[in-house]
Amino acid sequence: MKKVYSRIESITGNVIAVKASDVKYGELAEVSTRFGLSLAEVIRLEDDLVSLQVFAGGRGISTGDEVRFLGNPMRVSFSDDLLGRIFDGAGEPRDKGPALKENLITIGGPSVNPAKRIIPREMIRTGIPMIDLFNTLVKSQKLPIFSVSGEPYNQLLARIAMQAQVDIIILGGMGLKYDDYLFFKEALEEGGAIQKTIMFVHTAADPVVECLMVPDISLAVAERFALKGKNVLVLLTDMTNFADSLKEIAITQEQVPSNRGYPGDLYSQLASRYEKAVDFSDAGSITILAVTTMPGDDVTHPVPDNTGYITEGQFYLRGGRIEPFGSLSRLKQQVNGKTRADHRAIMDGMIKLYSSYKDSLEKKSMGFQMSAWDKKLLKYGSRFEAEMMDLSVNISLEAALDKGWEILAECFDPEETGLRSELIEKYWPVKTAG
Amino acid sequence: MTETKGTVTAVNGNMVGVRVSGAVSMNEVAYILVDGKRLKSEVIRIRGETAQVQVFEITKGIKVGDGVEFTGDLLSVELGPGLLGQIYDGLQNPLPEVAAKTGNFLEAGVYLEPLSRERLWAFEPKHKVGDNVERGDCIGVVPEGVFEHRIMLPFGLAGSWTIKSIKGKGSYTIDEVVAVLTDARGAEVPLTMCFKWPVKRAVECYAERLRPSQPMVTKIRLIDTFFPVAKGGTYCIPGPFGAGKTVLQQVTSRHAEVDIVVIAACGERAGEVVETLKEFPLLSDPRTGRSLMERTIIICNTSSMPVAAREASVYTAVTMAEYYRQMGLNVLLLADSTSRWAQAMREMSGRLEEIPGEEAFPAYLESVIASFYERAGIVRLRDGGTGSVTIGGTVSPAGGNFEEPVTQATLKVVGAFHGLSRERSDARKYPAIHPLDSWSKYPGIMDSRAVDYGRSFLARSAEVASMMKVVGEEGTSLDDYLVYQKGEFLDAVYLQQDSFDKVDCSVSPERQKRSYRLVLEVLATEIDAKDKEDARSWFYGLRQKFLDLNGAEWMSHRHAALESEIESLLVGRSKGRDKQAERLIKVLE
Repeated sequence: MKKVYSRIESITGNVIAVKASDVKYGELAEVSTRFGLSLAEVIRLEDDLVSLQVFAGGRGISTGDEVRFLGNPMRVSFSDDLLGRIFDGAGEPRDKGPALKENLITIGGPSVNPAKRIIPREMIRTGIPMIDLFNTLVKSQKLPIFSVSGEPYNQLLARIAMQAQVDIIILGGMGLKYDDYLFFKEALEEGGAIQKTIMFVHTAADPVVECLMVPDISLAVAERFALKGKNVLVLLTDMTNFADSLKEIAITQEQVPSNRGYPGDLYSQLASRYEKAVDFSDAGSITILAVTTMPGDDVTHPVPDNTGYITEGQFYLRGGRIEPFGSLSRLKQQVNGKTRADHRAIMDGMIKLYSSYKDSLEKKSMGFQMSAWDKKLLKYGSRFEAEMMDLSVNISLEAALDKGWEILAECFDPEETGLRSELIEKYWPVKTAG
Repeated sequence: MTETKGTVTAVNGNMVGVRVSGAVSMNEVAYILVDGKRLKSEVIRIRGETAQVQVFEITKGIKVGDGVEFTGDLLSVELGPGLLGQIYDGLQNPLPEVAAKTGNFLEAGVYLEPLSRERLWAFEPKHKVGDNVERGDCIGVVPEGVFEHRIMLPFGLAGSWTIKSIKGKGSYTIDEVVAVLTDARGAEVPLTMCFKWPVKRAVECYAERLRPSQPMVTKIRLIDTFFPVAKGGTYCIPGPFGAGKTVLQQVTSRHAEVDIVVIAACGERAGEVVETLKEFPLLSDPRTGRSLMERTIIICNTSSMPVAAREASVYTAVTMAEYYRQMGLNVLLLADSTSRWAQAMREMSGRLEEIPGEEAFPAYLESVIASFYERAGIVRLRDGGTGSVTIGGTVSPAGGNFEEPVTQATLKVVGAFHGLSRERSDARKYPAIHPLDSWSKYPGIMDSRAVDYGRSFLARSAEVASMMKVVGEEGTSLDDYLVYQKGEFLDAVYLQQDSFDKVDCSVSPERQKRSYRLVLEVLATEIDAKDKEDARSWFYGLRQKFLDLNGAEWMSHRHAALESEIESLLVGRSKGRDKQAERLIKVLE
């Protein structure tokens, strides 16, 4: 048993310092405060002065409180018993289930050797045409959902969680409103996906340090399942809260801020999480979808900006729909040539026409006269928005492709679509009524 | 290993404070002894008895009181035959071998030999006993792929030496002594086929530096014609995310007319490196017919790998580039991205509690960037041959705003600027290099007046386009409209290039000249058009033909047929030609 220290030298924000020896960098300690036990992590060593970041926060800690070092870094229990359970950012149960203490694994482990990675090759079906058809999600991809407060991004995540064809879903909530937490819980229970889901949830009311732990815990567990051959989908919401926690802690530790108060290592911090997405050549995979809310709808804000440089594309969620412009899955080319012969053609063709529709719409709003072609586009655009872009549409990729042909056939003549003749011959629906 | 020993006194992120007994030098490599592992680190500050070291690994688990060994050596790479085709991390750890040893993950403290100790190389001496030699001189050669790899005197071996003994033709490992040198005082130095060189020191064993004047052909039209890069020159590619920086680098690494390409994947996505790793061995180099991997070295320190090694990785890469330059080869170093490297410096500077400069980057940011790019250059070697290192770095400016410190510091020192624009990439106009904002100070493959003539159309066309936004198409004169169409035409058929098309992806200088001449003819012709609609549809037709031409095999029947179709389309609408352009077209012929 390790020695107990009962004199705290200083308390600044969430950071306490004690004089102690034989302490490892990154080691955990237990602090007993008047509110109970809290974990704390060693974040700095200087001679015999050890600085610790207290998970439950510094509020109420007394200089006479006891600190006991545990001799190990932050760990989380890993087993199939995790499935269907809900934990907080420190790995403690949030549901009524028992605490899990067996088979502890270290979080924030080393990065995957690039030489062991493989080129991604399989799509993940979600039943959402704007993803499956237009910006296919690929196994081992890391994609953020750029959105703004008020958009239904959590609803979108919940839908993907319920429908995505993966073995295990891990939901990491950071700074979630309690209502949103309950929404996820209920949605997954009703959708029947709860048995393959593990939730690590930090709510807005929880201590800020625990927020930082959520991605690491979620991804450490995901990594173990992936090594056991499972395909894991990690859903993180909201990474901007994670970045804000980083900022808050960096500032209280008097670090020099770089851009809008965020620490200089924001890119590395985000990258070390996102880069956990991987497809092991001889085991399973980790795919990451992460909500990133853009403060002020500004994509040049440091958090979405740094994220965009790290991830393999992005989805923009605006006005309750996934925007076709700006949204991009960088890996879609790896898979959409193998799905159905008309996939790429429909993907490009429909988006080009939709972009022409936007031009016509602009002309219309400026009071210009609408030509016959403009009218066709207007009809097309409204059908595209209602039957493809609407998030409530829930059909398979093949059904979505058929639907695409149907919309085109009802709005245009074949040669107006710009699609190759051999595809038109094969897929153009026999016209019944115009 | 030196006598100096130390103990850890402080840990903060990847910076560790060490109390030392004895002498310690700046930038010396030290190993921290933790739980049976040795973690590599570099001394970055010395104050009294305390040295501060940056650790190239995750620092979790280090305790106050842990032992530290000092090596006395600066951070170095090993140079010798066998570098080509390798995949290293930022510290020259061979990643495939590491994977064979530790599996899927990069465990801390595993350092393997960068070059094979067993492989035999067919050595052929180029000097005989009694010859006088000095540092950088070639004493013999071994074949490495298609190259004659020179075995050179270590670059740090000062003074003049006499060969006392040298091995004859035969196969040796890199550790076997192939020659023994003596100097005037009788000191003896055994030579093997490899040696170490500190990465942060430029190699200066050459007769003189020359001015970069020969174009380094990338086979990308927009670059070679409008914004050329010279052999031994420097260029930078800043751009927001998604603008195609990495694709542009990948295309360049495949098609550039150089002998050797060193790719430094510095703090970027691992997935992108994987594409290169898996595809290069399968692609063949059109110049030699061998696998592309045989002319490539990959230094891979992706974003989730430790930050301090990221800082080292660009130096590791440039040192290897300089080594092959000493063999009279033309080497291209592609660094993606230098912003991540600058951020690594920023992180360390923050931990050292230095007074921050703009956006918290250290005050020495500019001088460090400048001295890195200055390691590019074309040199005349002492044997009369030339060799060059060309450096192309991408920059990832925050928010896509070029006013930020890294872009600005880079622009001060490079010879060409290929600025990528979000508008062009959103419009799927690739490569998304902005044709009006970018610049180059190097001479290109074509007469500069002909290039300027084309550029003047781009500028005027952009003016007309912005005017049309205000007054509408109906408020624009037909003449202006034709200029606008010509600019758009030049953009669509010449500036844009399909890097996924097997013909259009790489265009030889010869073909560029021929295409450009045809484009000039279009630009110079006064087009006879009834109205704007007529002009538009005619230009669309012409554009389609030209795009087909771009996709046709060079000098095939189809190529010739399309060319004459374009000529006759043009003749049918010609009202005469600009006299000035006539002369320029002549020059190109």
